[in-house]
Amino acid sequence: MASLLEIRDLHVHLGGSHVLQGVSFDVPEGGVTALLGRNGVGKTTTLRAVLGLVPREGSVRFAGVAIEREPTHKIVRRGIGYVPEDRDVFAGLTVRENLELAERNGSARYDLVHRLFPELHERAGQRAGTLSGGQQQMVAIARALLNPNALLLIDEPTKGLAPALVSDVASALARVAESETVLLVEQNLGVVRRLASAIVVLDQGRVVHTGTAADLDDAVLVNRLLGAGHAGAAA
Amino acid sequence: MTRRVLRRLLPVAVLVVLAILPKLGFGLGALLPGTLSSPGTLQLLAVCLIFAGVALSYDLLFGFTGLLSFGHALYFAAGVYVSDVAITKWQWSFWQACLVTAAVGIVLPLVVGFISLRTSGIAFAMVTLAFAQAGAILVQKNPHSWTGGDEGLGYDYQQVPAAFVGVFNTRNLYWLALGYAVAVVLVVAWAVRSSPGHVWQAIRENERRVEVLGLPTRRYKLLAFVLASLLATAGGVVYMLTVNGADPSLTTPDFTLMLLVMVVLGGSGTLAGPVLGGALYWYADQRLIAVGGSHTIQSLPGVLRTPLSQPLFILGTLFVLAVFFLPRGLAGIGAGERPGLGGLRRLEASLRGARQGA
Amino acid sequence: MSTFVLLTITGLGLGAMYFLVASGLSLIYGLMGVLNFAHGAFLTVGAYAAWFAESKLTGISSVGLRFVVAALVGLAAGGVFAGLVELVLVRPLYLRHIEQVLVTVGLSLATVALVQGIWGSDSRTFATPGWFAGTTDLAGTHIPNDRWLDIGAALLVLGGMKAFLRYTRYGLVIRAGVENRAMVTALGIDVRRAFTLVFVIGGVAAALAGVLSGVYFTSITPGRGTSLLIFAFIVVVIGGLGSITGSAVASAVVGLSQQYVNYYSSGLGDLSVVLLLALVLLARPATLAGRTA
Repeated sequence: MASLLEIRDLHVHLGGSHVLQGVSFDVPEGGVTALLGRNGVGKTTTLRAVLGLVPREGSVRFAGVAIEREPTHKIVRRGIGYVPEDRDVFAGLTVRENLELAERNGSARYDLVHRLFPELHERAGQRAGTLSGGQQQMVAIARALLNPNALLLIDEPTKGLAPALVSDVASALARVAESETVLLVEQNLGVVRRLASAIVVLDQGRVVHTGTAADLDDAVLVNRLLGAGHAGAAA
Repeated sequence: MTRRVLRRLLPVAVLVVLAILPKLGFGLGALLPGTLSSPGTLQLLAVCLIFAGVALSYDLLFGFTGLLSFGHALYFAAGVYVSDVAITKWQWSFWQACLVTAAVGIVLPLVVGFISLRTSGIAFAMVTLAFAQAGAILVQKNPHSWTGGDEGLGYDYQQVPAAFVGVFNTRNLYWLALGYAVAVVLVVAWAVRSSPGHVWQAIRENERRVEVLGLPTRRYKLLAFVLASLLATAGGVVYMLTVNGADPSLTTPDFTLMLLVMVVLGGSGTLAGPVLGGALYWYADQRLIAVGGSHTIQSLPGVLRTPLSQPLFILGTLFVLAVFFLPRGLAGIGAGERPGLGGLRRLEASLRGARQGA
Repeated sequence: MSTFVLLTITGLGLGAMYFLVASGLSLIYGLMGVLNFAHGAFLTVGAYAAWFAESKLTGISSVGLRFVVAALVGLAAGGVFAGLVELVLVRPLYLRHIEQVLVTVGLSLATVALVQGIWGSDSRTFATPGWFAGTTDLAGTHIPNDRWLDIGAALLVLGGMKAFLRYTRYGLVIRAGVENRAMVTALGIDVRRAFTLVFVIGGVAAALAGVLSGVYFTSITPGRGTSLLIFAFIVVVIGGLGSITGSAVASAVVGLSQQYVNYYSSGLGDLSVVLLLALVLLARPATLAGRTA
């Protein structure tokens, strides 16, 4: 199976610290690859580095093409969707405008989005800044799903959501993963177990383990890599 | 080894040459308005030295502490106007005038800085601009006919020490200006190497990290602000003596922008840069006016003649080019690693050491 | 009472000009993080282009028509100049904010000097339609008609800008970009085109301010742009960066306070504006740097 995303020797320096110290891994085409690790190890930075949102050194290949020299908007237009960690919805714009902004070439899948998140359709004219956290999360995900992408970069989509919502989001992601490859940063191991086929674990800016979701059944391994008391709520 | 010795000797050599300059009787052709010992040339060079010092005082804020102020002209103008008004309008003695100017030079930036530093970044720049503008308005309003408004103010030479009065004594004013410039260089050099100086440079790199280390950054910034302003005020007094009066053009935001151009062209964040920038900018501004009126330029076709006879056009264009092609300024040509980048790390290390020792 | 009305209309007229300059400044800083010192130069270029055009349009007999055509030329000149500045000077320095500010400073110095070189530092006068010099009676006082022109122009521009921001795609991009520029690029949008557009819009508005200032002050000078620019900066800071409505309100407040304070305290109007800025910044010490880049 070909690798959709190949990352080699990625280095990122932010505010004086060496956040990514030579990250290398592949994301195979199809399925969900989970990017795991304790807080602060560089998971979010890795996603941002792929998109060119932070200055970085190293090589990034998407569908076999080197993209590390391209500006962010060009990288994204190759077919990458992004759900950032803090949602980053535009508070001053309405829900409808937030989605409109994400439209690319008129191939917007509003029917899909409205089916997955009917509440957004009801609140189309509401200012995004007045939405609840969970609703903003829906907007962020819907935005990334609006266009048919080859790869989705999703950063902690269930963070801060009530358990029922977590389940909804996981279901939506599962459906999406049927047709699009996903690189998922997630702390909730239950969600990871449900969705992921492959896992990549980071520690202190480096890849320390690659494997399959079955590895997560090994409690000793999980404890060593991710720390004790990890959220394992069944999704 | 030899290179280090040479680098130490170079400033001393320059200083010696500058000191004996008025004794040299020859001219430098079209580069100067007269021979090296002529009053016209000496006054030009004196003002160059004054601006070298004032530019360095500005860079203490901008290049070393990372504070972009658009109101530095206020303190220089304060030095010029307060001393002039005290001597000429209030008929105070020269030393009394110096005292009150020094007092203003400390209290004014203390107050303005205290208020302005409640903000940072662009807001800080805007507030400093606003205060400078207030000063300019005050000068223009000519309260009690003190400031002379738009026309500027002459000075009462009888109150000034005889050594500084009269065309023949331009030499002494030159040496005074040289002394001022040297004093500024020494003070700034000592200040940035002191421990508050390290904090300033760390603040420029990453203020939040410095706060996290537990240091009251606002107090340090205020210190830099007052010191820089006081140095500029002192320059103002020397300037007033040298040009025999005060002029409202010194209070305009254009003047602060001029300081910014001097600093950037010369090389911000270094000692030599602003000094070079200040001196060369003033020199170029003055000589370009003279050259612009010369026969060679006037005989050019209109398309070339018009821009070339406007010194600010040439300087503005050079500035834009410098930003693109010479980001470290003239001082950056041939220099090595950018100075001051280890400031934050050094600060953290010294604090760690202090804590462990305590 | 009639003095008050005159002061109010005059203050609003002045505020109108501040708004025309401040609106562009506000958008540029809000979207791009660039403190555009060249904005005064856009004003100057627009004013002088209009004046120059008017002196050449001797073929048109109607003063009114000549003025309008000349004004349009000025607007076009301001817009084109601003667009070129963005493309050539600002865009190559993307994300280097200090350098961008410095470059606009240098450009401002050079442009004003060039204008001064070509046309001299003395003031130049527009030939304006008679109506401008006339007055209208309101509440027992004579209001110079050009004030209405200023206020009308500002309202038109305000309405136009808000409609543009609300109803067009580029407007949407700009509104989102002011909030979070990085996320806009992460949606596959090339913000740089919006940057150039915002500069052009700002340039046209500033040029309009330049033309109107020529009527308000009955002449244009090379230094006009710089002196209006300071007030525009103050307005932008008070009104909130990136907010058109904020700029509009702040412009009115600044213009009015200048007039009232000037009249009732014989000349401290400008000082009061500075005080107002200091008060606003102390009450709301938000750091205006640190936009989400």
